Amino acid sequence: MEAVAEKPLTIPGFPRPLKNHEMIVNMGPQHPSTHGVLRLELIVDGEVIVDMIPHIGYLHRCFEKHAEYMSNYQQVIPYCDRMDYIAAMSNDLGYAIACETMLGIKVPERVEYIRVIMAELQRIASHLLAIGTFGMDIGAFTPFLYCFRDRERILDLFEQTCGARLLYNYIWIGGLSHDVPPDFAGKVADFCTSFKPTIKELNSLLTHNKIFVERTAHVGVLQADVAVNYGASGPVLRGSGVEWDLRRNDPYSIYDRFEFDIPVGRGEVGTVGDCWDRYIVRVREMEQSLRILEQAIGQIPEGNVQSAIPKRIRPDSADLYVRTETPKGELGYYIVADGTTSPSRVKVRPPTFVNLSILPAMSRGAMIADVIAILGSIDIVLGEVDR
Amino acid sequence: MIPQEILDTLIKQFPGVTFELKKAGSGDPSILVPPDRILDVSRFLRDDDRMAFDSLMCLSGVDYTGGRMGVVYHLDSMTKRHKVTLKVEVSDDQPECQSVESVWKTANWHEREAFDLFGIRFAGHPDLRRILLPDDWVGHPLRKDYELPEYYRGMKVPY
Repeated sequence: MEAVAEKPLTIPGFPRPLKNHEMIVNMGPQHPSTHGVLRLELIVDGEVIVDMIPHIGYLHRCFEKHAEYMSNYQQVIPYCDRMDYIAAMSNDLGYAIACETMLGIKVPERVEYIRVIMAELQRIASHLLAIGTFGMDIGAFTPFLYCFRDRERILDLFEQTCGARLLYNYIWIGGLSHDVPPDFAGKVADFCTSFKPTIKELNSLLTHNKIFVERTAHVGVLQADVAVNYGASGPVLRGSGVEWDLRRNDPYSIYDRFEFDIPVGRGEVGTVGDCWDRYIVRVREMEQSLRILEQAIGQIPEGNVQSAIPKRIRPDSADLYVRTETPKGELGYYIVADGTTSPSRVKVRPPTFVNLSILPAMSRGAMIADVIAILGSIDIVLGEVDR
Repeated sequence: MIPQEILDTLIKQFPGVTFELKKAGSGDPSILVPPDRILDVSRFLRDDDRMAFDSLMCLSGVDYTGGRMGVVYHLDSMTKRHKVTLKVEVSDDQPECQSVESVWKTANWHEREAFDLFGIRFAGHPDLRRILLPDDWVGHPLRKDYELPEYYRGMKVPY
């Protein structure tokens, strides 16, 4: 009998036909370690990743289309909340700053300070979730509970301020939806005092845990020049040793008034730019956020938080790109105004969308189990990747 | 370097190519580049020591209506600490533009997104597929002339 020649298998997105010994493994979209609905098509040779094709879009909710269809600029803010739902305050802040820049609004000092406090609290909350779930991906369950316990205290502070725990709609164009409650500064100070020891606790539980280090050191190394070329930002970029933080390098709001350091990865237990470096950058950033909080709560001036809110927003034809440093990296809004009361185009540059696009480059040559560690160390939120 | 100086350098570097500096209202100034030269210009801006635009912050497709569409490139130099916005204008019946994926890898997904939502084709892109929408989606939803479909795979869409 004549042997029938098998037709080589080709996959969209993979440049060559599969070789005989190569296999496709689907990871997701319903997989606990993909942090949402992300499908990774892994092309493997045994246990080694030859290439990977990420499939995104399962959570696409047409943010940009919605923004064009709103009847005014303010209505876009609740949609911004729902992009990176882990750090909704930071998303609102970016959009509000973009609109204020376009309109030339100067917001009151009190608003600036409250915004910085909220953004830094949000950064701690987001990093706690990132660290907790990263540990859990790798098999450490206890740090996850500790992280969520502390994150809950930040959410309580937000709830006392604006009534919501996740999706705040708090930072408005030109101001805030509510003033903070009377004893807010004291509560934030209490949080700062009690949170410092728990970072130490976290370090002893997870950071230098032998199993954790074995799983993360030398894994998923991202070189600095590759990271820059791929547009990485936030802890992913800083983990590769690049000292780049928009709060320092392209200051917005009042970040130029505060003293803080920019932690970078130094390859302390492995190679510069490995998963452990990206993890430790988040831990150290929480300490720096505490420093900013401690400086800010002592200086909140009196004032009306709604005095600069415009009644009607109708910018002249213009387009501008404004970027801010969210917990996950550079969040950019490119807004095109056409002289009407609603934006003609709002393009979002989500940090995790760009960071996720590096995943194939970081995973080639790694093992299947490493993909989980690498993905966890990027800290993606699919709500923001897919918008 | 301010955008005017960057424009002067570009004019000197690329004789015969028309560049145009635009600024509207409170927006960022931008340099208009012909769609068939954007790759050369991008490579020059990245590799030249005076420019050193090592990072592409954002790449967006825009529908300006009236038959015009555009691609907007926001570049940033982390070493020189300057920024510039490049714009390319294409017609909306055959929107095609050069891909800058070979200059900045980050353009890969951004260009796929612009193709997905606007139908702009990027010549030289290694893998131009839809990224956010399903593969069988008809049309490009962020175009201003897009009509919302009443049915998706035979199912009535509630509005």
